[in-house]
Amino acid sequence: MSDQFEPVIIGFTCNWCSYRAADMAGTARMKYAPNVRLIRLMCSGRLDPTFVLKALAGGADGVMITGCHPGDCHYVSQNYKAMRRFLLMRRTLKQMGVEPERLKLVWASAAEGAIFTDEVNKFVEQVRALGSLHWPTSGEGYEQMFAIPEHMIAKEVTP
Amino acid sequence: MAQEKIGVYVCHCGSNIAGTVDVEDVAKWAAEQLHHRGVVVARDYKFMCSSLGQELIEKDIKQLGLTRVVVAACSPHLHERTFRTACKNAGLNPYLCELVSIREQVSWVHTDKVAATEKAKAIISGGVERVIWHEALEPLKVPIHPATLVVGGGIAGIQAALEIADAGFPVYMVEREPSIGGHMAQFDKTFPTLDCSACILTPKMVDVGNHPNITLMTWSEVMRVDGYVGNFQVTVRQKPRYVKTELCTGCGICQEKCPKKVIDEVFEAGLGYRKVVYTPFPQAVPNYPVIDRENCTYFIKGTCKACQKFCPTEAIDFEQKEEFIQIDVGQIILATGYDLFDPRKIAQYGYGRLANVFSSLEFERFTNAAGPTGGKLYLRDGVTVPKTVAIIHCSGSRDKNYNNYCSNICCMQSLKFAHLAKEKTGAEVYNFYIDIRTPAKAYDEFYQRVLEEGTHMIRGRVAEVTDAARGTKDEGKLIVQVEDTLIGKQRRIPVDMVILSAALVPRKDHHETARMFGLSCSSDGWLIERHPKLDPVATMTEGIFIAGCAQGPKDIPASVAQGAAAAARVIGKIQQHEIAMEPVRATVDQEKCSGCRICNNLCPFNAILFHEDRMVSEVNPALCQGCGTCVAGCPAGAITGTGFSNEQVLAQIDGLLLHNIKHLEMEAVPVP
Repeated sequence: MSDQFEPVIIGFTCNWCSYRAADMAGTARMKYAPNVRLIRLMCSGRLDPTFVLKALAGGADGVMITGCHPGDCHYVSQNYKAMRRFLLMRRTLKQMGVEPERLKLVWASAAEGAIFTDEVNKFVEQVRALGSLHWPTSGEGYEQMFAIPEHMIAKEVTP
Repeated sequence: MAQEKIGVYVCHCGSNIAGTVDVEDVAKWAAEQLHHRGVVVARDYKFMCSSLGQELIEKDIKQLGLTRVVVAACSPHLHERTFRTACKNAGLNPYLCELVSIREQVSWVHTDKVAATEKAKAIISGGVERVIWHEALEPLKVPIHPATLVVGGGIAGIQAALEIADAGFPVYMVEREPSIGGHMAQFDKTFPTLDCSACILTPKMVDVGNHPNITLMTWSEVMRVDGYVGNFQVTVRQKPRYVKTELCTGCGICQEKCPKKVIDEVFEAGLGYRKVVYTPFPQAVPNYPVIDRENCTYFIKGTCKACQKFCPTEAIDFEQKEEFIQIDVGQIILATGYDLFDPRKIAQYGYGRLANVFSSLEFERFTNAAGPTGGKLYLRDGVTVPKTVAIIHCSGSRDKNYNNYCSNICCMQSLKFAHLAKEKTGAEVYNFYIDIRTPAKAYDEFYQRVLEEGTHMIRGRVAEVTDAARGTKDEGKLIVQVEDTLIGKQRRIPVDMVILSAALVPRKDHHETARMFGLSCSSDGWLIERHPKLDPVATMTEGIFIAGCAQGPKDIPASVAQGAAAAARVIGKIQQHEIAMEPVRATVDQEKCSGCRICNNLCPFNAILFHEDRMVSEVNPALCQGCGTCVAGCPAGAITGTGFSNEQVLAQIDGLLLHNIKHLEMEAVPVP
């Protein structure tokens, strides 16, 4: 692990299937690469494309979107909407000069801890091969895009 | 925004977390590095969920005036409620507490301690950033409809329905077959007491049929489920019986007069005949017959109508059409049961090819006094009494080729078969088993009894059942080829009859059922419970419970226990008159809404109304389920998802990427 590039990956999970798949992977003590950090949403349909761009802009090297299998959505069909957004986002990323392979969509049911584990490991390797994400460093509007929100900049606070 | 006062609590979970994550370091780090974000206290503790751990949090809220709490422990699906309650007890709104998972997502899945500790820090940092944006929320209260739907009229469903109805609440029971009773109605004796199945089941069936609080809908199927806990709208398809139930007295003359017999594949497992107008068995509840349209001479040729001519009450109606009935219920219990594994799939056992290989259900019908042979055990020819019987356990269970799981009931069932075969015919009985599993009350005693009766127990998985004789004494016999693993020898045992103790498998349509009710199935196909140990009858979908074999293979006592348990849960909810629901809802800022109506089509629950007069959309909080798709889809950013707002998620991303710590590691962040 010494010299190897360790990508940071943000994963979005749905509350009903893939977050529980991650729980199941834990309960079954399956092992996967520690590069992924998860965010729980109620549904993959909640995934705003802004989240993906924010994560990539903020230093993540890859983003993994996970949801229920088609037809199994807890909210009837919202994972289909996530899928549409995923396909559009891949195209958008490409136009922005970012490899679309940095974005991945995985379906995992609550019982599929093994699939979740597998897909995380595969994706980490995929992003590792791509290397660190280098955004274009000039052009209109890029400064705002990468700005850290003011409220987050460290400052001394008197208790 | 005024600075929040945040408390961070890191759990050791014994060594579950502390074994992989340096929890003390994590707590120290949070106190130092996240201090400028408002973390005023960060503690680690052996078991945060214990009462002492909770007291720690409560004390800090009161003494330090915490306004936000982050607990880093197990999955929120396990203990979110625990810590929210602790906050509430200390006077802090429960929704100002965030539980982040460093057990299921860190310590249990990673081995590298350094990497795991770093990840735990990032996750806590994400939780801290997120919780700053949390709002004080109140759970939504919705009224609960007092009626309950029970799907499936087997023993689990019957028990559940009776418990609820006896408590004074209305129940709709929907059963696919013409009669309730399920698999238990087909059995002769029940292990280990060997009391007659019908004798203990039929009184319960009659109770269901007569109960003033139970509306029985047999020969019906659930087609559609809308709504949510407390207020489900269910569409039930009532298949045409071609018999007017309001006129039919169940006298049975139509069955007597019907000139056509067909093989009964369902109830008699293909061993007996039934008329085309039939009730599956004499004690059927309800006792109205149905006409089998596929085989009825009138429906095929347009003439006959014998049943109609002889019916004394003119109850036969060939014009009957299927009906779709809407019912409103507050909660649903699924007791849809199991299918029997088709032993044809194990080709080497010869079921369907060798005449005298029988399935367990066929044997049940043979030994049943009301069955096709009146309780006598014969070979397929219907006259020869077997002198030697082989019973093969685990047919389709505990086998990688078919089902990995143990079907739970086959050991006891096979021992029961051994006893019955011996009792009825005096035959030599051989049981072929892998392991004997008799863990319940009085089960092992039954095993000992069967051993004492002289049943041969041979430990080994049967390789083959064949009719290829090697000598004259094997001629006309079935030969069971097996490695007897206790003596380490191959054996060939000639027998007259082979019974396959077939596995229990999920219903053929289990996927459709799961989808319709918004549940998920395990990889084997059984419906998944909320928690395998602590919540075996609830599901992830509020208001929907499961009982009996739909959840996994189990015997009658366990099915009854689950039916009663599910009923107790339902009754408890009904008595509260209203249900508290998570306040995860979408709201439209009417100032920002441009009236584009994009959200209207995104909502699967039709929860978004459009006000034509003001040209703005509005979310109906009673219908909204909180998926948040409209929030993500609104081009004007006018919709807020309470509990999962943009601010919360974006802040969490920043936190996870450690943008908030004091000494920014700039090389990790591609900012020029």
